[in-house]
Amino acid sequence: MYEENDDILGQVTTSEYKYGFVTDIESEDAPKGLNEDTVRYISAKKNEPAWLLEWRLKSFRHWQTMEEPTWPNVKYPPIDYQDIIYYSAPKQKIAPNSLDEIDPELRKTFEKLGISLQEQKRLTGVAVDAVVDSVSIATTFKEELAELGIIFCSMSDAVHEHPELIKKYLGAVVPPTDNYFTALNSAVFSDGSFCYIPVGVRCPMELSTYFRINAANTGQFERTLIVAEAGSYVSYLEGCTAPMRDENQLHAAVVEIMAMEKAEVKYSTVQNWYPGDKEGKGGIYNFVTKRGICQGAHSKISWTQVETGSSITWKYPSVILKGDHSVGEFYSVAVTNNYQQADTGTKMIHIGKNTKSRIVSKGISAGRSNNSYRGLVQVGRNAGNARNFSQCDSLLLGDKCGAHTFPYIEVKNNTGIVEHEATTSKIGEDQIFYCNQRGIDTEAAVAMIVNGFAKEVMNQLPMEFAVEAQKLLAISLEGSVG
Amino acid sequence: MLRIRNLHASIDDKQILRGINLEIKAGEVHAIMGPNGSGKSTLASVLAGRSNFEVTEGSVEFMGNDLLELSPEDRAREGMFLAFQYPVEIPGVSTTNFIKAAVNETRKYRGHEHLDAVAFLKMMKEKMKLVQIDQSLLSRSLNEGFSGGEKKRNEIFQMAMLEPRLAILDETDSGLDIDALRIVANGVNQTRNKDNAFLLVTHYQRLLDYIVPDHVHVLYKGRIVKSGTRELALELEEKGYDFIKAEFESAEQA
Repeated sequence: MYEENDDILGQVTTSEYKYGFVTDIESEDAPKGLNEDTVRYISAKKNEPAWLLEWRLKSFRHWQTMEEPTWPNVKYPPIDYQDIIYYSAPKQKIAPNSLDEIDPELRKTFEKLGISLQEQKRLTGVAVDAVVDSVSIATTFKEELAELGIIFCSMSDAVHEHPELIKKYLGAVVPPTDNYFTALNSAVFSDGSFCYIPVGVRCPMELSTYFRINAANTGQFERTLIVAEAGSYVSYLEGCTAPMRDENQLHAAVVEIMAMEKAEVKYSTVQNWYPGDKEGKGGIYNFVTKRGICQGAHSKISWTQVETGSSITWKYPSVILKGDHSVGEFYSVAVTNNYQQADTGTKMIHIGKNTKSRIVSKGISAGRSNNSYRGLVQVGRNAGNARNFSQCDSLLLGDKCGAHTFPYIEVKNNTGIVEHEATTSKIGEDQIFYCNQRGIDTEAAVAMIVNGFAKEVMNQLPMEFAVEAQKLLAISLEGSVG
Repeated sequence: MLRIRNLHASIDDKQILRGINLEIKAGEVHAIMGPNGSGKSTLASVLAGRSNFEVTEGSVEFMGNDLLELSPEDRAREGMFLAFQYPVEIPGVSTTNFIKAAVNETRKYRGHEHLDAVAFLKMMKEKMKLVQIDQSLLSRSLNEGFSGGEKKRNEIFQMAMLEPRLAILDETDSGLDIDALRIVANGVNQTRNKDNAFLLVTHYQRLLDYIVPDHVHVLYKGRIVKSGTRELALELEEKGYDFIKAEFESAEQA
């Protein structure tokens, strides 16, 4: 670990948002705006079965009756939903049958992002599904995984190749009517990833989805669905970046996880959407709904997220603990700098007996940003012996930022034990001076202190992600002290 | 090595140092003593570059550089070390990783290669013996939950690892029991050589039983009012600071 630490310190000096480039590829866009025709256009483009179009239209009609939520502790001008392009696909001459047939410009994009869809990934053993704008570009390791009965493909492919599974599980955890953005997503989602792990199979490699917004004025609405059958295990990674643009772009995704008896799903996110510039101009609105259900007894779902990007983050990866003895975990590091706003946390809904949940949230605020933790721990009437432990720590850099905690606890069974701990601290000048006095400059000192603060969460990330995430923390906070 | 001339410093417009003159040569150990509030710790902080103090007059030369022009980290990299009176805690950062970063930053500044993990561990093992510090302490978060004695020993351990040219020990002896004091003093004595120097800031002469200084200075109201050898420390121990105060006040009036 020593060596890595040094590398990270060395890289702290690399500046700015480094994923902000635009790839010059031709794309095929839907006309701006949203109405039933847009929904039909998307469905037709994807050659979808009638039931799915119906599902979309129903969602759309419901969305029209809903109001955008105003309870989050974030501020932004009204979104004009008619001014967004809902479908944008990089134009490919032919449908790629193999990775070699992918547009070289697109391949370059992924190489710049440090994601090679080629041989390198074979060595590290991570299977990748890459989504650019509205469509999935490539999925690696499909055949290798298929030998184990694992399905890992784009949502579009899954609709055609595994309709019975999609019909059964799509919207089963997060119904379209759940909230304003899930309804919107259900109406216009364009692609995403589908993952199915059969009974008793331990997925031998990390599965990864990589999201990239490229086109301008485009919203990104993808869905991820993971079904882990009894006794199976999978670790799933999600990464995301976007070009630097002056206007805000909307990202409203849905992730659903279903874990059957004794199944375990570990979902890790490193969210690095473009956060806007130093004056708060531009950046992604990241309004995402993520939820898992521990359907079977002894199942386990854990969410780990490192949130450094987006101008606004609104997201509460949650677990419904339905199966007896099931376990839900939420580990989060949320960093906000400049004018970024984050309202993020989790919901742990205890329904089954002897269910356990653990929440560790680390919020880091700098600049003029606002960082809120919002979490619900609910113990139902029949959830005997439920246990929850929550820890919410906030770290402030400077005196113009805000940290807020909104914990909600609802306990309807008196055998439950719910613990909540919270701390707020500032990076002290004395800490920085101490580091300076040992020859460590201020940027490196802040990176070190912040990584120390977030360590408990970082330790939950898979190795190849952890190093990246540590660097990201340092870079996001550059120039925030001094 | 260090030449302080007419140094004046203040905090929040309150004048603390009022004209310090002091020269330290390689191979020397100096002790600065004085009553509470005389400016001892301020002198240590100003030399290390703590930003809340403002230097209003005077100059400091360190290893041929204008010390006051250097950032705190560059002062450290030039070989100035401050053992803090109150070492800070950094949760989640192991002591080992912290020291590794410190050692390598200094090496980088001096144009040396990074120490690899093996060489670093070997160096650590050697220095650990000097201050009888335990490996388990070094894997814990920096100073977090350390006892007062452990924190001070950790300061001396860092000093040993960084091999400074000038080490300033700011009341490192305060709050130590006799065994811990002996261990700390032993660490200093073993690292002492003809090329480095020490500035011991202390209240009590007790420390000087273990670390024998070449020069003793008495600081009072922001000035060095008396300098001498070890005998001066013994005299202070016997008579207290009152005789210095009396001498100083009458000199002021005259």
